[in-house]
Parts: sequence; C-alpha cells; structure tokens
Amino acid sequence: MTYKGKFRVWRGDAEGGDLQDYEVEVNEGEVVLDVIHRLQATQTPDLAVRWNCKAGKCGSCSAEINGKPKLMCMCRMNTFAEDEVVTVTPMRTFPVLRDLVTDVSFNYTKAREVPAFTPPADLKPGEYRMQQVDVERSQEFRKCIECFLCQDTCHVIRDHEENKESFSGPRFLMRIAELDMHPLDAADRQKAAQEEHGLGFCNITKCCTEVCPEHIKITDNALIPMKERVADRKYDPIVWLGNKIRRRA
Amino acid sequence: MAIGVNSPGRAQIGQKTLRTDRWWLAPLRIGVILAFFVVYATVRIFMNKWYWVDAHHYLTPLYSPCVTASCVPGSSHLGTWFGEFPRVIPFSIITFAVLAGFRGTCYYYRKAGYRSLFFAPSACAVPEPHKSYTGERKFPLVALNLHRYFFYGALIFGVLNVYDGVLAFHGEDGGFGIGLGTVIIWINLVFLWLYTLSCHACRHIVGGRLKNFSKHPLRYRYWTFVSKLNPKHGTFAMISLFTVILTDFYIMALSAGWLSDLRLFN
Ligand code: SF4
Ligand code: SF4
Ligand code: FES
Ligand code: FES
Repeated sequence: MTYKGKFRVWRGDAEGGDLQDYEVEVNEGEVVLDVIHRLQATQTPDLAVRWNCKAGKCGSCSAEINGKPKLMCMCRMNTFAEDEVVTVTPMRTFPVLRDLVTDVSFNYTKAREVPAFTPPADLKPGEYRMQQVDVERSQEFRKCIECFLCQDTCHVIRDHEENKESFSGPRFLMRIAELDMHPLDAADRQKAAQEEHGLGFCNITKCCTEVCPEHIKITDNALIPMKERVADRKYDPIVWLGNKIRRRA
Repeated sequence: MAIGVNSPGRAQIGQKTLRTDRWWLAPLRIGVILAFFVVYATVRIFMNKWYWVDAHHYLTPLYSPCVTASCVPGSSHLGTWFGEFPRVIPFSIITFAVLAGFRGTCYYYRKAGYRSLFFAPSACAVPEPHKSYTGERKFPLVALNLHRYFFYGALIFGVLNVYDGVLAFHGEDGGFGIGLGTVIIWINLVFLWLYTLSCHACRHIVGGRLKNFSKHPLRYRYWTFVSKLNPKHGTFAMISLFTVILTDFYIMALSAGWLSDLRLFN
C-alpha cells in the first residue's frame, strides 16, 4: 500500500521561514521520520533534521506533528488518513537552528542547576545500602529519554519566554522529586524546588504527562507529590508546629 | 514585540496552533459541567428547603449535617448546635464551605478549572491568551496549598454522610426498609469515598511523604492502596459530582412531592 502523502514542513532559521508543501511517497508500516528521510533523499537534500535511534530511545527526533509535540520516529503514518495533510514543525519553545532542528541547550542549563545526588556525609562509596521498595518509586522517572517534549509543551515557558529564567520545567522538577524521594539523598530539595526551580509555576494541567513518549506520570507521581512535600515545609502550620515542638523536646 | 510561541529566536510559524483535532471539545464539555454544578449548588443552597424526606429519613448530602434550629424536624439527627440562622444565610453554609473548598482546591478540579475556565492552557500546545503568568506562586492561588485541610474536613463529612446513609434504611412501618432513595444514597456514598480516598493529599499523608518505605511497612501498604485508586481520581471526581447532584435532586423531588419513592422493601 503505497500512496503520495501530503506534507507541510517548516523550512527556515532564526531569521525567518515558512511552511512548504511537498508530496512524498508513503509506504505501509512507515513512521513520519521515514517520510522526512525520503523527502530529504529525493527532494530537499538540505533539509535539517535531528535523529539517531529510530526506536524512540534517544530522544533526538522531537518535533511537532499537526501541532502536537511528538517523536517523529514513533508517530505512525497509519494514524493519518491518506488525503490528510501532515504538518511538521520544529519544537516551538526553543530557539530554532534550522528547519526541524532546535537549540535545546536551555535544558542542559537547567539540568546543571540541580545539585547532584548527595549522600550523607558519614557514608563512604561502597557503603550505600538501600531496599528495593525505597527506590522503586523514583525508578519510573529514570525511564526518561530526555526528548524534552514535556519542556516544549509546558505552557509556563512555551507561552512565556520570560519565565525561562525562573522555571526548570517538568523534566527537571521530576529530577528533583527523584532525588527527594531517594532513600540516601541528604540535600534539601524541597525549599529549592519552590524557591529556585519554580515548582509553584506549575498549575498541574498535565500537558507534560500527555506528551511524554515514555508514559511517565510526571504530574501525578513527581510534581504533585513534590508540591505536597513543599506544602509540608512551607505552607503547613501544623507540620511546622510539630517540628518545632519535636526539636525542643 | 512578538511573544509566546512567536518570541524572537523561535521558529516563526505564525499560526497560534497547528492542531487539527477538536482540542476545544474536552475543555468545553468539562466547562459546561462545572458551570452547571456551580449554578445548581448555589441555587440549592439558597433554597433552604426540600432537603429532608421524613417518611424515609433521607437527608441530602448538600445539607448534611443539619445542625441549626432552622432545620425541619427530624433532619437534625446529630443535634442542634446553632440557633436559627437569619433568612439570608443558608443554614448549610458550613457543609457548603467545606465541600466547595475541598473540590475547589482539589488537584483534579484545579486542572479542569485552569483548562476550561481560565484557558491556562485550554489544551496542550494551544497558546493561552494571558500576557503574563505567575502560576500558583502568589496570593491568592498560593492558598491552594492548603488542600490537605479541606481533605481532613471532607473525611469528617464523609463519616457523617455514612451515618445519614445508615438512617436511610428506614421502612414505611418504622422498621428496616429499602427504597430507590436508599440505593441512590449508597451509590453516591461509594463514589464520594472513592473520590476522597484517591485524593493526592491523602496519598501524601498516608505514606507519600516518607523517604524510606521499608521502615514503615504499614504506611507503605496504605500508600500502595491509595496509589491504586489515585490514577482514577479525575474519574471519581466527575462521577461523584453527578451522583451528588442525582442524590440531591431525587431527595428534593421526593421532599417537594413531585415524585414518590419507589420502595423495594418495606
Ligand atoms: S503539569 Fe505543570 S509542568 Fe507539566 S506541563 Fe502542566 S504546568 Fe507544565
Ligand atoms: S519526562 Fe518524558 S517527555 Fe520529558 S524529557 Fe523525559 S521522556 Fe521526554
Ligand atoms: S530517533 Fe531516537 S527517539 Fe526518535
Ligand atoms: S480531592 Fe482531588 S486531589 Fe485531593
């Protein structure tokens, strides 16, 4: 089953660009990335596209397909009607380099701002002991392939460039939650989550969860639990009083 | 200056969204449901009548517990704690404040409200219309962090509702009996409890706040139980909204004499 698919692909760079129409052959079983590759091989040799594994594991081929943040290699062509126009654009939250390729260094900056795993001072490497039930919860977060689709879709920065400075985004707030739930991490993550990484910007509307190709329940399992932990520390007068009394005793 | 998705440096695509699906349908549907519930509850609260069916001992959850001297005879089975309320103050105001506060600060309803009523954002990758955005960091939205207190309140009201439910097994001859009203009341109770127990604050309180589950095996079990219910929290939130309206409406209809209860037993 081969047909001519209608594609609209954004071509351009930081100076400007536009959506261009193409007709490209589509074969049974293909994904959007296959068609983009064929387009590159047959009509537009200079089309810039980033990819690596073609298996949904490297997180390189993030783009927006018909307006939805997705991995191009995991978006099957049979989810579209044969006469449907498939629009492919770069991610719209990060600066564009060329065509479908964006500069995602914002995310690396944010990653560096989260202090690394901090074991208790009296524990030497080799002495770490922990139980499976204690690490289980945060193992879900380690499935992350760093595609940054969640960062791309989050309205806090997508719609408000000025918030980039003070908001780390779902990917890195999840990283903070992962460390805060870690049985051997001794750093204070809770105050930092709210005061330095902008957890309070998140209004739990769950778009990060909706687009995550690894189906990580970012909002339910990382962001909301983290908000509750922050509430313990900053917004709960009873917990505050309890801690005061315990410290006195 | 261009803002949002058209900020300088980003791909200049022009259109606000390129989504081709009917992304506006879900927020519209939820928005209509929320608006309906708000209007219905407000009207009902100010009615100050038709909340008690004396023949079958049915009390609507919107007026439970009825503890002021203004309550009709029979409905105040928990005693009378307050004197008569002036006509302008609904005497179920406390119940209403706790229940509205619980739902209003609930993580699920927050999401629903932000999407449907505030368009922040109405759907994913669809731009919000607001010029600036500060989220839940500042007053008044920072107060949403107090959700846990409404959860405690809702637990108390949940227990009182169970008590009302037990009293609703009241037969025509004064002994044990079951009517359609009893069944509706109990269906509502089941969903109310599923909604309450699947709450995110509940999940945190029973065990989520711990760093080491292995040191607290019992709390780990509670947490595992709540974690099983929690992914369905939104579904329970919506179903229980409908069952509350249904229960209240049925009791109002009986109390006003528009319907008579279908008796299944006595
Ligand atoms: S849930 Fe929070 S972090 Fe995730 S997309 Fe929405 S606002 Fe952003
Ligand atoms: S959390 Fe999911 S969407 Fe976000 S970067 Fe990781 S894999 Fe991608
Ligand atoms: S190419 Fe690796 S995730 Fe798509
Ligand atoms: S009731 Fe919905 S999160 Fe608590």
